[in-house]
Amino acid sequence: MSEQDTGSVGEVLIKYYDGTERLAKIVDREVPYPDGKLIVSRTDPSGIITHANRAFIEMSGYTREELIGVNHYILRHPDMPAVAFKDLWDTVAQGKKWQGYVKNLRKDGAYYWVKATVIPNIRNGELVGYTSVRRKPSRSKITESEALYVTLR
Amino acid sequence: MTLNLSVSPDFPPTHLSGWFIFNTWLQRQLNTGVHLELYDSFDAQREDIRNGKIDLIYANPYDASMLVRELGFKVLVRPRNRADETVIAARHDDPRSCVEDLGAGINIATTADPDVHTMGMIMLESADLDKTNVSFQECDSYVLVAKALLNGQADAGFFLKDGYDELSELVRHKMKMLVSSQISVVHHTLVAGPRMQEHAELLTERLLGMEEDPKGRDVLKSMGLDGWDVMEDEQTEFMIDLIDTLID
Repeated sequence: MSEQDTGSVGEVLIKYYDGTERLAKIVDREVPYPDGKLIVSRTDPSGIITHANRAFIEMSGYTREELIGVNHYILRHPDMPAVAFKDLWDTVAQGKKWQGYVKNLRKDGAYYWVKATVIPNIRNGELVGYTSVRRKPSRSKITESEALYVTLR
Repeated sequence: MTLNLSVSPDFPPTHLSGWFIFNTWLQRQLNTGVHLELYDSFDAQREDIRNGKIDLIYANPYDASMLVRELGFKVLVRPRNRADETVIAARHDDPRSCVEDLGAGINIATTADPDVHTMGMIMLESADLDKTNVSFQECDSYVLVAKALLNGQADAGFFLKDGYDELSELVRHKMKMLVSSQISVVHHTLVAGPRMQEHAELLTERLLGMEEDPKGRDVLKSMGLDGWDVMEDEQTEFMIDLIDTLID
């Protein structure tokens, strides 16, 4: 858990790139990334979740049924700058691998940090979706990312 | 025409004879000659694969990517309940108790096993450790990784979990796990090359039936396996995509 966590609870209106929005509960409490696990998900080309592994379900706080069929941006924490996700989508749209540090929002409003890698899934030359694999980041990388993202919001 | 079978060099030595028994079983099923070629070196095996010398291979997940996407091999089956997991261990009396306790400058005992080494390095990232601030001692087996740890030549060791579990109880009691991966979807596969394709359907059918047949069960037991599960193309692609995210 981050030493800066206050445990404060609030509500934030999160606006997504597609024009939709939702009022999300935000709790200033970090859930530590579990040792040795990889969070794995896949989406279709438009970002709709098609696969979620057990670690994803446990860390996000959602059930599998709640995750499958919704946009991956359900995990977006309001502290994450939109420019970070633009960079992600611009990179994978070129068929390249994207890697970065991401603060994710849990269903209960708490958060967890990940080192995320996203790659396009190409089958017979066609883009069929994306695979995202998240792993445990170091505390120093989280601190660096927090400082950087504040300047980008 | 004699076909060539090979096995990724990371298989446990206790199952060496099992692969010879499997090779005999295989020849009977296919009614054709099959030669079992074993390697100590991952690089030497890869060179022979690239030169078209191997027709059927029990491949580690890292090599499965090259076999399927570059060389046109096809995954037939995977071993049941045999995910490839990685353990980072230290000496039991070492005061460091988790990965984050490890610092720059440590020496790591590892093997040439690409999956275990890659996953070991990924699990060190949370301690800000990478190839630029640690040193390595490459060992030929997990027994020698344990020896390097116990002799004080290394601070931490990378093990295939199955390899760690097969160490003697005496050796394991002198070590402790700092972390063990829990990925569950990365595993070895039995992969058929172009010359094996004509036998692929029959071979898959016989492999899946092994556990139903007393002789087949004995062969499986000698290899330390419970049975085979069919591996659909998309399951293979999914595993390879996942591994691609882990490789820089």
